Amino acid sequence: MPLIAEIFEVQKDDFVAAGEASAKIKRTLKKLGVGSEVIRRIAVCAYEVELNLIIHSLGGTIDFSVTQERVTLVVKDVGPGIPNVDLAMREGWSTAPESVRMMGFGAGMGLPNMKRNADEFDIHSEMGVGTEITMKFNIK
Amino acid sequence: MVIRRIAELLDAQVVLGADKLDLDVGAAFSSDMMSDVLAYVTGGTVLLTGMVNEHVIRTAEMVDLECIVFVRGKVPTKEIIDLAEENGMVLMTTAHTLYVTSGILYSNGLEGIGRRE
Repeated sequence: MPLIAEIFEVQKDDFVAAGEASAKIKRTLKKLGVGSEVIRRIAVCAYEVELNLIIHSLGGTIDFSVTQERVTLVVKDVGPGIPNVDLAMREGWSTAPESVRMMGFGAGMGLPNMKRNADEFDIHSEMGVGTEITMKFNIK
Repeated sequence: MVIRRIAELLDAQVVLGADKLDLDVGAAFSSDMMSDVLAYVTGGTVLLTGMVNEHVIRTAEMVDLECIVFVRGKVPTKEIIDLAEENGMVLMTTAHTLYVTSGILYSNGLEGIGRRE
């Protein structure tokens, strides 16, 4: 049984709310007394994926759950899907529009940064269907 | 380097967190690109940036940054300051450019973050 299980909805293009889900996740983990180094890694991954949902997806959800041993983020969107996941996993590769770069994002660091910070990282994407990312973090 | 010394060296105006100037930071990171802040920075670092929006504060929050210096005379809005206040941060603004700001701090002994493996 998870200690905590919460689902956050993230809307396409909702830059005003960007970071709210990740900030809640971070606060929850602090209250639970999880170590600060792993909280930082989880917060970075949550924020990167939240931004990806806002920038690239048609909207989606972040399913956040905590057990004694691990924190899991399961992220699902409703499309459009990533045409080439291998390319998207490369540092510096970005399809973000200029408007996003003007805000300081879209450097093509998001997915590789998530993979680096998560203890387990898994991504599946299908064009016309959507993308699912699962990230697991050991907290023991 | 204590934040108070950073403010003095940069002739900076402290816009938030005047009660936290005795905090110590071990390194600085200069970037207008928040994607790179998320990819490179960990806590105990001061962020020097010419980017001024709420995403800068959210980014700093995620990587445990406590102090942000806005360069080129950029002044944060009330919304930015409010969000930073919720997170207990120090914000300051200096008229120097990003290059000069970095140079002043580096030449006074504040190092950059290590290269990423």
